[in-house]
Amino acid sequence: MSKTLVEKIWDAHVVKSEVGFPDILYIDTHLIHEVTSPQAFDGLRKRGLPVFRPQQTVATADHNVPTLNQLQPIKEELSRYQVDMLTKNCAEFGIELYGLGHPFQGIVHVIGPELGITLPGKTMVCGDSHTSTHGAFGAIAFGIGTSQVEQVFATQCLLQQKPKTMKIEVNGELGQGVTAKDIILYIIAKISAAGGTGYFIEYAGSTIEALSMEARMTICNMSIEMGARGGLIAPDQITFDYIKGREFAPAGEEWDKSLAYWKTLYSDADAKFDSVLTFDAADISPMITYGTNPGMGMGIAEHIPSTASQVSSEQASFQKALDYMGIEQDTELVGKPIDYVFIGSCTNSRMEDLREVAEFVKGRQKAENVTVWIVPGSKQIEQQAIAEGLDKIFEAAGFQLREPGCSACLGMNEDKIPAGKYCVSTSNRNFEGRQGPDSRTFLASPLTAAAAAITGRVTDVRTLLNESEHA
Amino acid sequence: MKKFEKLTSAIVPLNIENIDTDQIIPARFLKATTREGFGENLFRDWRYNGDNTLKADFVLNNPAFKGRILVAGKNFGCGSSREHAAWAIQDAGFDVVISSFFADIFKGNALNNGLLPIQVSDEFLAEIFSTVGQDHTAQLDVDLEAQTVTNVVTGSKTDFEINPYKKSCLINGYDDIDFILNQKQLVVEFEQNR
Repeated sequence: MSKTLVEKIWDAHVVKSEVGFPDILYIDTHLIHEVTSPQAFDGLRKRGLPVFRPQQTVATADHNVPTLNQLQPIKEELSRYQVDMLTKNCAEFGIELYGLGHPFQGIVHVIGPELGITLPGKTMVCGDSHTSTHGAFGAIAFGIGTSQVEQVFATQCLLQQKPKTMKIEVNGELGQGVTAKDIILYIIAKISAAGGTGYFIEYAGSTIEALSMEARMTICNMSIEMGARGGLIAPDQITFDYIKGREFAPAGEEWDKSLAYWKTLYSDADAKFDSVLTFDAADISPMITYGTNPGMGMGIAEHIPSTASQVSSEQASFQKALDYMGIEQDTELVGKPIDYVFIGSCTNSRMEDLREVAEFVKGRQKAENVTVWIVPGSKQIEQQAIAEGLDKIFEAAGFQLREPGCSACLGMNEDKIPAGKYCVSTSNRNFEGRQGPDSRTFLASPLTAAAAAITGRVTDVRTLLNESEHA
Repeated sequence: MKKFEKLTSAIVPLNIENIDTDQIIPARFLKATTREGFGENLFRDWRYNGDNTLKADFVLNNPAFKGRILVAGKNFGCGSSREHAAWAIQDAGFDVVISSFFADIFKGNALNNGLLPIQVSDEFLAEIFSTVGQDHTAQLDVDLEAQTVTNVVTGSKTDFEINPYKKSCLINGYDDIDFILNQKQLVVEFEQNR
């Protein structure tokens, strides 16, 4: 019988399937961090259970960590306690921890792929909704709650209903200044912040196939922002080339064996999806969000929609979002002064993002009114950026290159956007107060964020790209 | 896990769509390492001013609205997977959340803690908001065994869906870990046969 990619991987991991019950799904790799694991470890203690397969569990500290002076003790007491607790729990239960000071430390969804832990055909979970990132390798990867973290600790399995499948095809060539982030913001704006709920999404089509692994991770990362538990992309030569030679990637005979299996991981030509959507890359322009959920996005040159154009039951929530953001319906965002630029998060903090920003800002200067933070996704990326001299370019432009962590994406550490201030952010959520109480977030690509940093205003990056071409 | 069978209660209406888990419990309050006490910061930034005084116009601060049922606009619980959102709602005294649409992860987290998420139609939800708008003490009657919700004021009644396995977990107060642990031999066999 023909199967979708999701079905192939899912079926290969079903321990037991019984009518009237969710499947018992085997989990290959469990990633954990300091925020969503302590109560799960506590649960194990109360039940008197060990971690069943500690060697299939990897930990890092990312959500709470400072991005300056990381080797000093964490100043904020509760953050320090939570990070210390992770260290103690990992030691007690025999789990490998890449904590502060370790060369592999970083955002959990950045280090998994970087270390060759994330592989095609795997099932992977983490107590974090952006676990969908790992789907870029052709893995079933999704976020879980803390009770489920405990479940995976105790059994290496999850009770899980098989999801519905959706295929999203994007075809054609991308226009000037349009990146993977714009593709995913465009899709979310089209299908809404709830449009993918209940589905696992397979991204396909010529535009997706032409993307690098890092760009594919940006796309899969934001699957949850339309409600989908996971998003994935069939592995291909680009995937295999990325994985080969990484720290924990299979090698030698194991590599050949794995590769032969990975090459079977695609949706059969006649496989049936529950839903199929198709988009044309030529329709996508650099995107920006204007509201308080990631579905409230538009092409940067467009006008903010009018409240009257919304479905009547949604008008009050829509207007509430505009009021929170301090913006007016039917106006354009381009030219709006901003205060902060944040380039980082599990969506856009990888080497390619940093290189793209560096190339763009080389020889340019940030606007005086703007504070710019660049927070690399991992220690390895930070070191690589320094080795390539990007730190010098950033410094010359007035951008601060900091140390790795989740940082201002969710403001659990000191990196918060002050009340009322505007931030153009490469992260994934523009929820009220996400980057700090009463902060206001415009989500965009690293290029669009860098353009805003230079002009101090929301800017269509294409105008600056054209200037440099004419210069 | 907490058991649930039936509940007749007044309701707290929150007629806002796309309420994400960052609103339910902001990230800066996720630093505790136990499950208790999150109720204090439920809807923190809607409930409190910057100087920690209560915002008088927010429904949770209105003494006229008391009840163990939270009713909210569609796509409730979207965003972050933090189970702290379910813990906070429960810790603040709610046993049921009603909406016309729930985000997946939140729904699962709620069920894993004995907090019952009930999805009703847009029309039924609109009727609840209208009823409670007129009578702040209006009650709903929730019957998990029969899978029904009744608007006690208007008499309107609706069925709701719940996975039969999850339903029995709620009624009996047991969780997924017990279920899998009882079949652990199957997991070991699965690993050996790979």
